[in-house]
This record gives sequence, structure tokens and C-alpha cells, in this order.
Amino acid sequence: MTLPATASGHKGLQFEQNLIFEQDTPGMTAVDLPALPTSKQRLGDVKRSGSIGLPGLSEPEVVRHYTRLSQKNYSIDSGFYPLGSCTMKHNPRLNEKMARLPGFAEIHPFQPVSTVQGAMELIDTTARWLTELTGMAAVAMSPAAGAHGEFCGLMCIHAAHDANGQAQRNVIIVPESAHGTNPATAALCGYTVESIPANDEGRVDLAVLKAKLAEHGDTVAAVMITNPNTCGLFERECIEIAEAVHAAGAYFYMDGANFNAIVGRLKIADLGVDAMHINLHKTFSTPHGGGGPGAGPTVLSAKLAPFAPVPIVVKAAEGYAVEEHAGFGAAKQALGRMKGYHGQFGVFVRALSYMMSMGADGLKQASGDAVLNANYVMARLSSELTPAFEGPCMHECVFDDRFLKGTGVTTLDIAKALIDEGFHPPTMYFPLVVHGALLIEPTETESKAALDQFVTSLLSLARKAKEGRAAEFQAAPQLSPRRRLDETKAPRRPVLRWTPPATDGAKQAAE
Amino acid sequence: MRYLPLSETNRRDMLAEIGAGSVDELFKDLPKKALASARFDLPKTMSEIEVERALGTMAAKNMNCAASPAFLGCGNYRHHTPASLDYIIQRGEFLTAYTPYQPEISQGTLQAIFEFQTQVALITGMEVANASMYDGATACAEAVAMACRVTKRNQALISGRVHPHYRDVTKTQMKFLDVDVECLAPDPYGVEDLIGRLTPDLACVVVQTPGFFGHLSDYTALGEACHKAGVLLVVCVTEPVSLGLVKSPGAMGADIVVGEGQSLAGPMSFGGPGVGLFATREKFLRQMPGRLCGETTDEDGRRGWVLTLSTREQHIRREKATSNICTNSGLIALAFSVHMTLLGEAGFKRLAELNHATACDLADKLEGVKGVKLLPSAFFNEFAIALPKPAVDVVEALAKKGVLGGVPASRFYPTYPELANVMIVCATETNSAEDQVKLVTALKEVLS
Repeated sequence: MTLPATASGHKGLQFEQNLIFEQDTPGMTAVDLPALPTSKQRLGDVKRSGSIGLPGLSEPEVVRHYTRLSQKNYSIDSGFYPLGSCTMKHNPRLNEKMARLPGFAEIHPFQPVSTVQGAMELIDTTARWLTELTGMAAVAMSPAAGAHGEFCGLMCIHAAHDANGQAQRNVIIVPESAHGTNPATAALCGYTVESIPANDEGRVDLAVLKAKLAEHGDTVAAVMITNPNTCGLFERECIEIAEAVHAAGAYFYMDGANFNAIVGRLKIADLGVDAMHINLHKTFSTPHGGGGPGAGPTVLSAKLAPFAPVPIVVKAAEGYAVEEHAGFGAAKQALGRMKGYHGQFGVFVRALSYMMSMGADGLKQASGDAVLNANYVMARLSSELTPAFEGPCMHECVFDDRFLKGTGVTTLDIAKALIDEGFHPPTMYFPLVVHGALLIEPTETESKAALDQFVTSLLSLARKAKEGRAAEFQAAPQLSPRRRLDETKAPRRPVLRWTPPATDGAKQAAE
Repeated sequence: MRYLPLSETNRRDMLAEIGAGSVDELFKDLPKKALASARFDLPKTMSEIEVERALGTMAAKNMNCAASPAFLGCGNYRHHTPASLDYIIQRGEFLTAYTPYQPEISQGTLQAIFEFQTQVALITGMEVANASMYDGATACAEAVAMACRVTKRNQALISGRVHPHYRDVTKTQMKFLDVDVECLAPDPYGVEDLIGRLTPDLACVVVQTPGFFGHLSDYTALGEACHKAGVLLVVCVTEPVSLGLVKSPGAMGADIVVGEGQSLAGPMSFGGPGVGLFATREKFLRQMPGRLCGETTDEDGRRGWVLTLSTREQHIRREKATSNICTNSGLIALAFSVHMTLLGEAGFKRLAELNHATACDLADKLEGVKGVKLLPSAFFNEFAIALPKPAVDVVEALAKKGVLGGVPASRFYPTYPELANVMIVCATETNSAEDQVKLVTALKEVLS
């Protein structure tokens, strides 16, 4: 069956939708505003002149525009989204409802603190959940996302070394399998990055790490290790790693991107961790929103806690207070301020709503089901695909591309064919240490039936590849709103904004 | 547990398929010692009703600006948002998608980003804008870092009319890099000289319009002087509604414009999440931080969008990336863009006019209160006033009367006693004439 060509370009429920700039009715607006008070303008000499170039649309046109755009997106609400390392779990709508309570949404960051005691209580309660779940001494609440939390942790480490007369420590050791944000963050702190390879089991090689620590001696500031790591495996020797790091006078930063696999089972303080960020938008299910906003509170050991950035909420007998200035009161040694206002407050509300809904028992069940789902997918796929490492895995499983050897089909082809099957592809080609990686994170909010459908599709694609039907893959996807997009053309001559089409007169002038 | 679909039968069958005896067996790599000692002093699972009750009680302890006359600004603004905005951003296809790594099934998010980038470029008067940063303050820090890369210099000068949080975040972010950030003293009277401070070693000068104390200034002459000295002009905008009425930073010669989009995107939400705006000139494109969406075509030749120029970013360049940013503020950027689309050129300009007219109306009334002095002569929707008493006490007394009257400058500048009596007041289209009368009446009582 070939699809019929249509005069409109639409295909049934798949609509083509022009840019808003191409739907302009000059002078039109979807917002009616009340009449202006009669007062004299006080703009001085900076009044804007001329047109800005924004298009005018009516409300029905705007609602239809975005409804149609939304329908071109794959989302958790519409299907299985096993994007490894991103934790695409169900986003409960209760959390959205709570964040929209006027007492949370309609409060201003600079109201007198006496008028926002409930907000302070919310921050303090969220902080208490995070410190209790991790066993850590304190938490810096203001980092805006995971990478920002890493930055917070490494800055605390830098400040602590400086305070201890160890300013010469300027090296961060990071495994090659790490997320790109780890080395990028280290560079932001003025650090040099030293990489260590993974062993055959996909984990940090303790002997190699110790040798690296010895090689760099008292210049090592910290070791940054993701645990569970980006291969979906728990670093079995993490206590020994922490001991070796501490013996070298350095700090142990644990990247908590994958905290969702172990939450409610152990306290990371018992692993010897000095700092770890928590992605509230992953572990605690706040929505990913097409790329944020997230939140990356960073839990800290007692040694690092004094350096946490402001603002710091302080609980006193007469109510809550907040220290907003580094160098004062509870923030005497604070390293400064990392973000405007009080952090990602609206994200805290959603995360707390989720944590309260789950409870300590529900969170333990969630990490259990996440790990169960990943191991189930790994077990079922292993008949046709090649797992990169031996299990059990944690919350995600990774396959390499040995099963595609000689087929002419690539990991990218498999991913694009999965789109036609109605699934969001797993993370591809990451971690970098696995050749042609497919990183699958099912999360705990998928049913067995959903996992079985995905497994059936992926197994059938693997068999198809092995049957020598490579050509069918190269055409995929065929059923999505767009087919493969030319990603090399885009950066060659970047078009990053709409510009009005040249008028005939301008065209002639140019010629 | 309502969010977990597996039944006990499912779990048993799945364990059998895996060949494991229990879920705990799957966690065998975790250190036994740590597993054994884990006790969590936390509540157990709660129903929706119970969560609503608990959080509802907490929310009710706050005095909210929808229920009380509120005149608060300082970088975070209360505006009316059309009902369709929240409906659109709560569509699951936007809310529960992630970064558009697979463009064939993310064209909705990508096209919205492309439109957002265009809108930000247009209102700031710049050539290109990125897909968003965390917030205005972190965007400001990124701008300074970018200016250092572009100019290969390592000194920055920050005006005393820049939001103190933007200043502090920038200083903190540069703390461990070889960059000197000089911050000028707060400038509530709008008298500082920046041109006289330009040196050939400066990477950039950071200014803000409208300024933190409300001043509107034309930075065109500063821009020209900067360019003569090879210095970049970074302009912060904490209230983007102003751009509907006030000359754009691009028209003043800005090289980088950063800002906070919250005021157009949605609720104040105690200051976060917001959305950082970041725009610059095309020639600096490859030094820009953050994600960028670009136009391309698919295999059938149809127009489409992809994330592009990612060789600047951490997932490719690692320690050599222009920034470590990954997750940004996608949904708030969408909300910003939806509101801009609803407003259109006519609505955006009208909203700006309404804000200014409301603030002028309030200024007229406040100037009639004995002992109150307005500091800026030209402003947009916000201005500092000098009071005959410490502003902290006035603000607390007003709050007791049910009015959130302004923000005391001393909250930001505790070590400047000369600012003790300064209060920053803001009026938007959400402040009715009755609200204004309530403020003026209460203020008269407090000052008498």
C-alpha cells in the first residue's frame, strides 16, 4: 500500500503546520486588554520605534497551531519511551495540580519571609526527604538541573580544598563512560580532567583508579563516578573506591543521575559519598517538558556542607528564616549564589507531591520494579541481541551492535525502524565505551504488556536485519511526521530563525 | 501504589523469565553492609486526597499575590496569562516529552523552539537566540564566560544597576576560573559612569535595562565606546514585557542579550522555574552556550527542524564544551512562546503600554504621599522610592495590613546603610486602581 498524495499535504490526522510567522494577520491579537489609565508617560528618550516583526493570530488559530504541533511529538503519555539515562517515567498530574495551588504558584520570591512560611516549610520538607533518603548531612537546594548540581558539588569540593590549604588540587578523575556533563563541569571549575577506562565488566577498575590516584598524588581534587553507572551497572567496589579516594586526600563525587535505581534501598552516605546531585525530574518524576525545567539539588557530607551556596533555609523556634547572603549567619562559609531566587521551587512542589504519594515503601517498590523491568527486557532481548555486559543490570540495560555485524544495518537504523513500530528509540551510541550502544531504560511505570510489545518489535527487527533486509531499514522511518532529517545540512548553513521572504524589489536589488 | 502497573503475578513471571528467585537478588551488586543498615524515617505511601490535604495546608500558610494587592518586581513579575496558555503547556505531548533527540518524532517541540528563537531575537533586536538557559541570572554568567571566549580577555565589569542575583551568580560561576569580575556599587540614583571605566583588558561590560532600581537608559553611547575598545556590551533584561515599548538592546548596540522570560511565561512560583533568554550576533554563534534548533529538510524534501551546531555542547566536546548545560528550560520557553504568539505584535505593544501607564498612575499617586521620593525619572513598570523610614519596617507593616507593597533594597544590599530607606515598587496590568488606592492608603498610615 502506498500512501495517496494529497493536495493539502496533510495525511488524515497528520497535519502540516506552517510557522506562526507564516500565519500573520497584521494587527490581530488573541489577547484583549482593559483600557489604559490616563497618565503621562515617563519613558525618557528610549521609546521603541517601528515594528518588531511579531505575527498576529487569533485565539482559535493559536490553540490549533499548538495542538497540531503537539501531535508531532512522541511523549510518555502516548507511548513507551525507553530513553536510557533519561528516566522517562509517568508524570502524575496530581503534581501539576499541587504546583498550581495559588499558595505556591502566586507567591513572589521577595515577599517578607513572614508571609511565605508555607513555602519555607515546603523547601525544608523536600530537603528533609532528600537528606533522609541519602543519609547525607545537608542538601543545597538551588541547582537548576543535573549538570548545575554537578557544578555545585565540585565548587563545594574546590572551596573545601581551598579552606584546608589544598589549593594545589586541580585534577578530577572521571571514567570514560561518564556523561559529557562531568568533564564539562570539571572544566567550569578550572579543573583538568583525567579519564580512566572501564574494565571488561563495564565498571571502574579499582587497581587502575588507585594507580591514577598515585600518579597524580596531592593534585587530585575529586573522583566523579556515576553510580549506577552509564552502563546500567552498580559499581560493586564503590566503598573501596571511596576509601581509596579519601586516602588520597580527595573527595568522592557520585553522579546521581541514576539514583532512581537504588532509591529507598540504601543510603549513599554509607558508600562514602561526599556529594551527589539528584535529578528531581528523573528520580522524582517531575515532567521533562521537552527539555526541562529540571532541578538538581545536591546532597553534601558534613565536610562539604558549610560551603553550600545560598539561599539557605533556617528553621528556628519562631518560624523559618532564610539566609540569602554568603558570608553571613548560617552561610558564613557559603561559596556564593548559583541561581536566582530560591531554586526551582515549582519543581520542588511536584517532587514532594510525588515522594509523599509514594512514601518510603513506594519508592523502594519503584526502584525494585524499575530494575525488574530492565532485567526482564534484557533477558528477553538476549535471544537475538548482544548484551554488552553480564547482568543483573540495574534500571537500564545496554546492548552493543555485535548482533548487527555483517548485516549492513546500524544501531541508528534499528532506532529509526523502532519509530515506525510506534516506540521512542532507546538512547543510541551512548555510553561511548560500548560499540554501537542501545541503552534501554524501561522505568517502573510500564506494564508487562507494554514491555512485551516492545520486545516483540525489537526482536522482529533484529531477525529482519539478520535475514539480509538492510534496505528496508535504510528507508525508516516512513510513518512518522518526518522521515530522516538532514542533520549535516543544518550546521553547514545554519538557519536558526525565521526571516521574512525577500520582496520582489529586494530580490531584484540583490541581483 | 497507583503509579506502578506490575501485579504480583507479573513480578513472579518476570523473575522466572530472568531466572532470578527474587527482586532482591537483582540488587546483589549493592554492598550488603549498606543494604542492611538502611532505615528511612519517612512516611508511608499516601492517597491523592491525603497529599492534597497536606500540601494544601502548607500552601494556605502563604500570603499569595492573587489574593492580596501586590507590587513586587525585582526580576520576578506577576502578569495575567491567557487561559489557553496553561492548557497548551499541559498537553502531554509537550509536558511529557524530552529533549528532541529523535527529530522525526519531535517536530512539535523543535518547531516551537524555532519559533521561540525567532521571537527572542526579534524582541531583543538581535540576530540569533538559543533554545533557553536555566534562568536570567545563570544566562548572565554564561554571557560573561562567552565574552571572555570571544575576546580572549578575562575581565568583566558589572554595572550597579544590574540585578544583584545576576551579579552574584556571575561572580560565583567565575570564582574558580581565571576571570576578574568587578561589580560596581548599587546605583539607585542612576549616576554611575561606565564609559570612563572601559579599558583594553575588559572582555565585557554588563548593564541592565530597565535597571534594577527602575531606570531606563539608552546604552547606545556605551555600546559605541565598548566597540572602540574591543569590549562586548552585555545587556540584561529582567522584564521582557518592557521590550514592547522600550528601545531594544540590539538597537543600542548590544553584543549579547540575556534575560528572564518568567514574566511572560507564567506564575512567579516563588522565583522558579524561570527561563533564561540568550541572544547574540550571528558572528559569535559558535561561541554560544546551550541548544540551538535549525531548519533542514527530510528525505522527501519536506521542511523540518533538528538540534544543530551541537559540536559546541558537552555531549560531544566534553571538557572543551562552551558550557556544561544539558537540560534547560524547555517547557517554560514554550510557555513564553505561546504567550508571545497569543499577544502578537499588537497585543505585546499594548501590554507594555498598559504596564507603563499603570506604573505611571501609581507613581503619580505615590508622589502625593508625604515623605516619598521617586528615584528614577524614566522607568517602565517598576521604580525605586526613598521613604522617610527603613523600608524593611514599612514592608512588614504593610504586609500586616494585607498589602505586599514592595521590596526593601536592603534585602539585597545589607551592607549599604544608605539604601535602608529605599523600596522598589512595581505595577503591572494585574494591579487594579482599587489595589493602588489600598497601597497608598496603607502607606500613608504606616508613614504617619
